[in-house]
Order: sequence, then structure tokens, then C-alpha cells
Amino acid sequence: MITINFTVNGQKKELEVKGTATLLEILRDELYLTGTKEGCGKGECGACTVIMDGKAVNSCLILATQADGSEITTIEDLEHDGALHPLQEAFIEAGAVQCGFCIPGFIMSAKAFLDKNHYPTREEIKMAIAGNLCRCTGYRKIIDAIQLAARKMYGEKP
Amino acid sequence: MQKKEHNVVGQYTGRLDAFGKVTGRALYAADRCFPGMLYGAVLRSPYPHARILQISTNAATRKKGVIAALTASDIPGARVFGVVVKNQSVMAEDKVRFIGDGVAIVAALTEREAREAVGLIRVEYKLLPAVFDVEEAMKPDAPRIHQGDNVFIHHKVRRGSIEKGFQEAEVILKRSYRTQRIEHSYLEPEAALALPLPGDGIKIECCAQNAYSTRRSVSEVLGIPMNRVEIEQATMGGSFGGKDEVMTSLCCRAALLALKTGRPVKMVNTREESFLESYKRHPYILYYKIGAKKNGRLTAIEARIIADAGAYASMSPFVTWRSAVQAAGPYECLNVKTDAFAVYTNQAYTGAMRGFGSPQVNFAIESLMDELAQELNLDPLELRLKNCFTEGSVTATGQKLNPGVSLKEVLQKAAGEMKWEMKRALYEGEKRNQDYIKRGIGLACSYRGVSLGAEGIDAAATVVSVQSDGSVIMWSGISDMGQGAQTAQAIIASEVLGISPDRITFFPVNTSRISDSGPTVASRGTIMGGSAAKKGAETVRDSMLKEASIILDESIDNLIMYNNWIFSSKNRTKKTSFSALAGECFNRGVKLFGFGWHKSPSTTWDEKTGQGQAYFTFVYGCNVAEVEVDTETGQVKVIRIAAAHDVGKAINRAGVEGQIYGGLVMGMGYGLMEEFSIQEGEPQCYNFDEYLIPTACDIPDMKAIIVENPDPLGPFGAKSIGEPATELAAPAILNAICHATGKRIRELPADLEKVLLDHKLKRISKRGSEEK
Repeated sequence: MITINFTVNGQKKELEVKGTATLLEILRDELYLTGTKEGCGKGECGACTVIMDGKAVNSCLILATQADGSEITTIEDLEHDGALHPLQEAFIEAGAVQCGFCIPGFIMSAKAFLDKNHYPTREEIKMAIAGNLCRCTGYRKIIDAIQLAARKMYGEKP
Repeated sequence: MQKKEHNVVGQYTGRLDAFGKVTGRALYAADRCFPGMLYGAVLRSPYPHARILQISTNAATRKKGVIAALTASDIPGARVFGVVVKNQSVMAEDKVRFIGDGVAIVAALTEREAREAVGLIRVEYKLLPAVFDVEEAMKPDAPRIHQGDNVFIHHKVRRGSIEKGFQEAEVILKRSYRTQRIEHSYLEPEAALALPLPGDGIKIECCAQNAYSTRRSVSEVLGIPMNRVEIEQATMGGSFGGKDEVMTSLCCRAALLALKTGRPVKMVNTREESFLESYKRHPYILYYKIGAKKNGRLTAIEARIIADAGAYASMSPFVTWRSAVQAAGPYECLNVKTDAFAVYTNQAYTGAMRGFGSPQVNFAIESLMDELAQELNLDPLELRLKNCFTEGSVTATGQKLNPGVSLKEVLQKAAGEMKWEMKRALYEGEKRNQDYIKRGIGLACSYRGVSLGAEGIDAAATVVSVQSDGSVIMWSGISDMGQGAQTAQAIIASEVLGISPDRITFFPVNTSRISDSGPTVASRGTIMGGSAAKKGAETVRDSMLKEASIILDESIDNLIMYNNWIFSSKNRTKKTSFSALAGECFNRGVKLFGFGWHKSPSTTWDEKTGQGQAYFTFVYGCNVAEVEVDTETGQVKVIRIAAAHDVGKAINRAGVEGQIYGGLVMGMGYGLMEEFSIQEGEPQCYNFDEYLIPTACDIPDMKAIIVENPDPLGPFGAKSIGEPATELAAPAILNAICHATGKRIRELPADLEKVLLDHKLKRISKRGSEEK
């Protein structure tokens, strides 16, 4: 077992982990942050996307030990006491949610992207979520939602 | 103020479950845990066809952490299950029939221990000759996969005289088409949690699409009555027809382990396990012959359709029946002969997948109609308009269509949206250019029987329960797999009660809490569940209005329920809020509970003549696709696609659009990229790195055209959209490719090599780097 120290959703955590444990396993099984989903286990579907030190990563491809010293944000950190993040509001308003299994991953990819790109084009949004699979929505309303969220957060391009 | 037809129906665009899903709070089956919970794992067959001589679980049971290891001989009740044909094993007893067939199960303290223990189970197999090619499997000397013939289904449709029809024809085309096996690719892999209940009962929280058929099988396998098996759906992460038998076997296995150990057992498939063991969409071989007059009028259609069912029957009998009924397309033709067969082979079994036998026949008949148009030098749209169903048309099964046949309307609306005539001529003219990018436009249309039809009994239940504070609880026997069934039903109930859907909390399906409502399949959720919700709400409405009439001293006929208020249309001061009325009703002992039960109008089918009233109503749709083909790489880019669907009435417009966009992209994947390839019984793809589904970068500009011709048989006129939305994109795209390149592709998918080389590239079994 290896001891890791990291920050998850603003809280400092110290955990004993197996060398083979992934960040995804730790988040779900140790910290009960089950909003992060496992869809493929090999970095293809993006359902396990979290933000690690400002970057969207597939948490199934990160060993827990690699997360030592890092700052992790999961979907659970976006809503506080029922107040939603603009991305979450936008996903609801745009009708982008169907089965919802992929949605936390999409929102985390979109958040990491919008944090850096405030006025994205649709093509840039598509590239930002190219690593997230959705089988229900055909992506159209997800792209609409991200565009809507960008406007909510940063307004029109000056 | 302009009077709206409805206040909530077609107006409300939210989703009841959206908050939980955007916050990560919604609990899917794999997100749940229970104290003392064990983890289950499955040993699956490495051989496509083999007799089991002996199984030893000794080494596995001795391993640290292992609590139980079970095989077929440990099953107390039935060892096989199946909705139509009972021949699917929970765990293989005498023999395995495909690579991936379940053989034994283990429960251990951790998932890792369970998976490792599975590797310690020793199975002695005697290999049997296997058959993988569906036409080989039809031969009399082919290895038998079950008792009886490998060809286990033959559906016929016979109308008029096919001989006479071809004699009258001035042009006859014979063509064959092939479709591929595809994987549902729901993002949530299968998961089930079984909890032992006091007194040998079992509760299973899971993502089974059809909780009632799963319950029946679990009850038979455990040998306990149905009231001791409680199946409750967790939030479901997609299904598309795919979480039926594969979930039934998972639930049976988890239940067996839970009852054996007396502890909760969780079983979750990895994506690899899901790809290996779950069923797929049937690959079809379709032989068509069509006869027409020179003016384009059809005189005869003959189709011989062979479906590869794989190792188990699953839904093949019903899938191929729908194919047989709809094989001749939405066209008037007096002489039709269809034969549809389902055949066992030693590979992944095939079953229900969104479309359910229609994507395959639509691809064939809609490709064939374009080929005929070319032969007759007619525009494909013109040929369709000349032959398509219209009011009063009679289908291939001799059924006179109900009023509201809107095929011409959907064809014209989709074609108009895409500027069909202009683009057709423009791209035709571009063919002479030297540019390596070629553009084309193509279309496809269909009619589709709504709900189960003559497949079986068709009824559903929904409860509407108003609380004394005016909030409302609903639950139904219809599943929400992500398509939005709960929201649609809540909108319908809200319309009836004059309330906002946000007042409603909707509970998931629980088999012990509401009547068996059949499977949530066949695009029947809205028309059946919605009708039940309407009836349930009407029951409550009637008792509330009766009470309001007394309280407000006003005749019931003058009372209006609107926007959370009840008031008199004659005297607006006579009013009460919905919440106050609910409280008053409660205080006076008025029943605020409505049980809605809806049974569909009857259907008929004669197996011998292949004639009957196959479905009680139909929907009509058309897709028009525009593509760019890179003739140097074979890459096809879908630029734009328009989909016109007559849904009867859109209950939730945002939901209908979502179904259309999702359906189009899934249909595009079927047309251009997806193939679950199996060689010698061995799947060639185990995850999304090898099995490609469309990403956000692949999607075209999409236009959803919602056509509304309300159907008196649906709630507020609503019919279906789930499956219609995905059954036309592939043929529309393939027709567009042919328009662009002049080359007809008769085998799905139209991937790079097929577009560029006209044939598939086969992967050699071992690449250089993989040599042993």
C-alpha cells in the first residue's frame, strides 16, 4: 500500500492505496464520488473524465499514485446546496440529457475547456468533447449546451 | 391571448430526471453498495461449440476471499430461460454454444478476488464442430446447435400472385444486400445488485430494460414464486433494446449467489465482458426481386431474408416477424411474397436492438427503390411518391391503414427542407468535374408498426397519486432507459390535472409495486404508458372535480383545471388552488389515487397466409442525407441530414428532437462505420478502441422536422419516435453515396475500404507483431 495526499473538490485527502489502483477506483470506491462513471476502463469513452490540475483527464487511465499532490475536481464539486454551475444549467435548458451516464464526463471536459476558451466556436467545442462518447443524444444538444454555458459565463465575444 | 390547444403537452420542455443526472447524484446500479456486499464474476466459454465434460470449482472455492462458486448443477429451478423460446442457459449445462457463453460464477469479498477465482475454475471441454456462416448453418448436414433444426423461424407474407406480378412487370431487378452485426453500445455496462430478503425472497436493483420478463425468469430459475422476486430499476444508462436477456442472465446469476451466500451480491460487467456476452443487432442477408411497369408502378416484390440469430433464440422470432411484415416497404404493391428465416450459428446471439428488424429491411428495400429509379430513369423521390402508401392504402399483409397516412407529407417536407430537386441536379452536373470530392444527395422513407402488434399482449399500467399538499407521485410499469418515458408520462398527467410537471416525482419500475406492463420496447412507451398515465390522471381529476364542484358550488362542466388552479369558467372568483383542493379532498376521505390501465386495440395474424392486421397503428418517416465522398480515400462525410417524422403529437418537443438527433447519429454509425466483426466465433472488438461509434466530430448538420397528425389511438394523439428515428439514416446515406460516386454499395457499413475498393479488407488473424 502506498500513501497519497491530494486535494479532491477542495478537501485535502490522505489515502492508502494499492499500487495498481486507478484514480477512478479511488474516487468511486474509497471516496464514494460515484458521479464519475466507468464506461470502458481504457480511456475511450470519457465517462470517467475529471479535472486534474486544470486538465480534463480520463481517471481510468491515471494511477491513484500519479494523483499524489494533485488537485482533482469531480462533477460533485459543481453544484453547491442546489445551486448549479452554468454548465449544469445549460445542459438542462438545452435538453442535452437523456440516459445521463456520459453527462458528468461531458460536463467536466467542457468545464476544463471553457475555463481556458471563453468564446468557443462549435467546431472547437466538438474537438473538446471528441473524447467523450454519447449514444443517446447525437451530440447536437450537448454542443448547444456548451455554447449556451459559455454565453452564460462569459457573454458574447467582445 | 391566443388559445393554445394544450397547456403542458408540446409546451413543457424540461426533464424530471435532469437535475440528478447533471449533478452526478443519480444512482446507477453500479453506484450502489450494501453492507456485507460480495462481488460476483463469471467464467465464460473460450470455445464456440463444445461439450462440457466436467467442471471443477475446488481450486476457486479454496482461494482466499471466495465465498461461493456455482455451476448449472447448483441451480434450484429452471436452468434455461427465454421469452419466446426457452433455450438460453443461465450457465451452460451440457454444452457451450458461443465464445462468451457463461459457464460458472463466483462470489468473493472483492471484485479482484472474484475475477481471479474465476480463472481457477477448471472446465474439461470436448470440442464440437461449429458453424459460423448463416447459409452454411441452414444446410441439412450442418452441426446442430440446439435440438431441432438450426432454421428455427420461418415467417411468411403472401399477397396476390407473385408469378402474375412478375409477368406484368416491364422491368425486373434482382439484388442482394447484406447488413452487419452491431453492438448497442449503451454507455453504462450491465450491472445488477441482488439482496436476499427474509424468507428466501430476493430483491434485485439493476439496469434491466424489461423488468417483468427478467422477474419471470429469475423466479423460474430460483424456483420461487414471482411475488418473492422484486426487480427494481436503478437509473439506467441507455439500453436501445440491449438490456434484456443479457440482464436476465446477470440477474439470475447475482440472485443465485446472493441466495447461496445470504449476502448482497454485486455484479458489474466490464466493457470487454459486455461486448463479449451481450447480444447484438442481427446481421441479415436479403435477396430481393422487384417488378415494375415502365411508368414506375410496382407490380411485384419478393424477398427472402435470412437473419443470423447466433447461439440463442432471444427475440429473433419477433425481430424477423417485423422484418417480414415491413419488408416490402411503404409501397402499394398487389403481389408480395416474403420469407424471413432466423438461423442459429455458434456466435454471439442477436436480439432486440432499436429498430427491431426494420433497419435491415429498410436498407434493402430503400436501396432497391433507388436502383429501380435509376433503371427506369426516374427521380428516386418521384418513384416513391408514385408508389407510396396514401389514405386507404392496403399493406403487404392485407391491412387497410388507419386514416392519417402521411408518407407523402413527410417525403415532401424532408425533400423540401433539403432542396432535393435543386441539389439532385447540381450534384449530377458536378460529376463531370475533376474534383476528387464528389457530392450526392439521397433519401429513404418507411412506415412502421407502432408497439408490439400481433407479437403479443399489449397493455401497460401507470399510477398517479396526489398527496394532501398537492404534490404528485407517479410510477409506471414502463421503463425509463434515458429516452424520457417518465417525463412524457408526467407531462400527460399534468395536462389532465392542470398542474406543472415539476410537482411530480416519478419512481422507477418496481415489479412488486405495479402490474406487469410488458416490455418497454417497440417504441410503445409513450403510446402505451402515456395512455395509462392519462387514464390514471383522469381518475384522480374526476374525483377532485366532483369535490371542487361541492366546495365551489359550481357545476363540474364549468370547472377548469389550469396552471395549478381550479376555477369556474363562468365566475373567476370561484377558485381554489390545486394544493388546497388536494388537502380538502384528503380531509374528506376522497380517493386521490388513480390506477391507469391501457390495453391496445387488438391485432390479428395468420401464420399460414401471412396476412392480418399486424399493428393497430403506424408511423411514417423520411430521411434525406447529403454527403461528400473523398474518392481518393473512400471517406464519406455526411454534411447535412433532415429527418421528417410523423409522431402523431409531440408530448415533449425537446424529447422528440433528442430522439431524432440521437437516432440519426446511431443510424449514421450503422451506415458508415460500425461493425461487430466475429471471425471463427471470436469477436474482433472488445472495447471502443476497436468498435467505433460516432463522436461529436462525426456528426452532420441535422434538421428534425416534427410532423403532427394526431392519432385517436394515442394519448393526445401521440404515437412513436424512438425506433423510427434510427431506421432510415443508413439507406439515405448509402443512396447519397451512390448519387455521388455512381457506385452502389449493397453491404453495410459503407466504410473506407468498401467505398474505395468495393470490398472489405480482412484483418489477418495475427499481425506480425503478434506472432507467437
